[in-house]
Amino acid sequence: MAVLVVIEHVDGEPTEPSLQALTFARGYAVDGAPGEPVHALAVGLAPRGLGELGVGTVHLAEHDAFGSYAPAAVARSVVETIQRLAPSVVVAAGSELGNEVMAHVAAMLDLPLAANCISASGDEVTRIRWGGSLLEEATVHSDVVLLTVQPHAVAIEKAPVGEPAVERFTPDLLPADLAVRVTDRVEAAADGVSLADAKIVVSAGRGAGSAEGFGIIEELAALLGGAVGCSRAVTMSGWRPHTDQVGQTGTKIAPEIYIASGISGATQHMAGCKGAKKILAINTDPDAPIFASADYGVIGDLREVVPAISAEIRRVKGA
Amino acid sequence: MNILTCVKRVPMTGGTIVLTADEQAIETRHLGFTISPHEECGIEEAVRLVEAHGGESVVLTLGPAEAEEQLRDCMAIGAARAIHLVTDGEEWDPQATAAAIAAAIHADGTAFDLILFGNESADAGNYQVAIRVAYALGLPVVSGIKGISVADGQVRCERESNGGRDVYEVPLPAVVSVLEGLNLPRYPSVPGRMRAKSKPVAASTPPRRESRLARRRLVVPAGQGKQAEILGHGPDAAPRVVEILQQIGLL
Ligand SMILES: Cc1cc2nc3c(=O)[nH]c(=O)nc-3n(C[C@H](O)[C@H](O)[C@H](O)COP(=O)(O)OP(=O)(O)OC[C@H]3O[C@@H](n4cnc5c(N)ncnc54)[C@H](O)[C@@H]3O)c2cc1C
Ligand SMILES: Cc1cc2nc3c(=O)[nH]c(=O)nc-3n(C[C@H](O)[C@H](O)[C@H](O)COP(=O)(O)OP(=O)(O)OC[C@H]3O[C@@H](n4cnc5c(N)ncnc54)[C@H](O)[C@@H]3O)c2cc1C
Repeated sequence: MAVLVVIEHVDGEPTEPSLQALTFARGYAVDGAPGEPVHALAVGLAPRGLGELGVGTVHLAEHDAFGSYAPAAVARSVVETIQRLAPSVVVAAGSELGNEVMAHVAAMLDLPLAANCISASGDEVTRIRWGGSLLEEATVHSDVVLLTVQPHAVAIEKAPVGEPAVERFTPDLLPADLAVRVTDRVEAAADGVSLADAKIVVSAGRGAGSAEGFGIIEELAALLGGAVGCSRAVTMSGWRPHTDQVGQTGTKIAPEIYIASGISGATQHMAGCKGAKKILAINTDPDAPIFASADYGVIGDLREVVPAISAEIRRVKGA
Repeated sequence: MNILTCVKRVPMTGGTIVLTADEQAIETRHLGFTISPHEECGIEEAVRLVEAHGGESVVLTLGPAEAEEQLRDCMAIGAARAIHLVTDGEEWDPQATAAAIAAAIHADGTAFDLILFGNESADAGNYQVAIRVAYALGLPVVSGIKGISVADGQVRCERESNGGRDVYEVPLPAVVSVLEGLNLPRYPSVPGRMRAKSKPVAASTPPRRESRLARRRLVVPAGQGKQAEILGHGPDAAPRVVEILQQIGLL
């Protein structure tokens, strides 16, 4: 039985989480025969390079309406392909758009959907809860298993099968499928290093004490060419904007080092920095939970420790 | 305008998650409870919209009897009344949850202009209840929203994407799922809490659809509980910190 993967792409370039989903889908044991060519579905343009990743057939949905994103129109294309192909599994990236489209598909077909899976076999899945602080093993009761793959849960692996066949179709969109679509765009002013992409993040929590308390944090971040982050205690106090918040309901970061001062280490905060290669925690409390997820620790008052680190960097740089 | 916001009671876990012996739930004996930050922003937005445009803000939850605490919290912030779909405390999957919420909206009879959800719940994070409710009610749905304004029978929604924001303009009534950052929610005031005590809660026990996403067990992922190498105490640790930064190649 077939495996169908929904590919998200930007002007024909598949997104990384989509390629991870593809790798995940290939390893999916269907009737005990893993590794057979998978079917891909894309809208607008045929994504490049899918043959390298084990795709035998690309189902390409074409429609004038695909000029601007309309989640239900994409979902309708997936539903039509499911009805034609009768796959046993449909996989998409657990990205914002992937989860959105698959939830529409699940609602249209009234089928269960397992979001943000890290592994799966048959109808048994393991998915994340609490932004990754907890895992859930679940059974999906359905003839077609719909699932999305947690980004970065699997590494992209190649499996060349040659140029895939492209099967074009025009989905039969209902007016309701186009009721919600992007009608305009607001560009943001580019300012400095983005938190999500920063190689170094220096952040502080309630221990910073006030908005002004972030002066020393900004200073250290600037010296290191990094970005400033914070905890939710800080955004809720109005000391920093929500765009600086690291965590389950803030930004997910993946720097070379995360310097976290005056942050206790709540699971919801740590869910946002699981991608950090190293974590350095600075905290007055030697029993703070963050020391159990950090690589390095300094026990002390951030108001003394952080300026001392900045001074030492200046000394070393000046030498 | 009339606005319904759906919220879900979840435990406030601290630095570590401890499971019950049967691995079916989080051990909550020593924990407080809350709702998702996304949902807090939803409640705040509903209250602000009603302040600006008139109408009524209503809050709904599906959960155990104890979830009345979260309904009172939301009414303390300004919701006028609550709908409580009381469960026996066992897990409902997203399809069952959405079916019960859609039925309750029908039964309530209010013509809601806007139905707000969190984009994903704090604990299960299934990313789908809002969308399922919208399909059940035949309403348009927009997800992941960080900016809302209402004018001329339309809701204008902004969603972050690729460093900017995509705009969606959708006719009311509509379903919108929101993200933290939409606004800065207020804390409930003491008079707000007093008033909330006497606001009405309509409780009922919904029939339960069978679970099709059936949890077998919960697992705490490996990798928690490592111990940091302590580089030192106070400002004297600075040279060691800088050594580490140099070792990693960041200086
Ligand atoms: C569903 C949900 C989602 C959430 N999402 C997020 C999220 O995305 N991001 C997030 O951060 N939180 C999130 N939270 C909140 C989270 O649970 C914590 O409440 C929050 O992270 C605490 O912030 P904090 O560590 O700054 O404050 P606290 O927990 O109060 O910790 C302050 C720490 O600073 C130390 N300290 C105090 N003074 C000093 C000093 N002078 N020098 C050094 N150390 C000092 C203290 O010892 C303490 O360890 C979420 C919660 C829920 C329920
Ligand atoms: C350990 C554990 C114990 C649980 N115990 C119970 C329990 O005792 N009783 C129970 O009913 N459920 C319980 N659940 C939750 C139940 O599984 C979920 O409500 C259901 O699976 C919906 O999935 P979701 O919340 O992840 O949906 P999502 O699609 O991620 O939620 C999106 C949004 O939908 C709304 N929403 C979701 N659930 C509800 C709800 N229940 N009421 C109102 N609005 C909601 C919120 O606005 C939320 O932000 C438990 C979950 C866990 C992890």
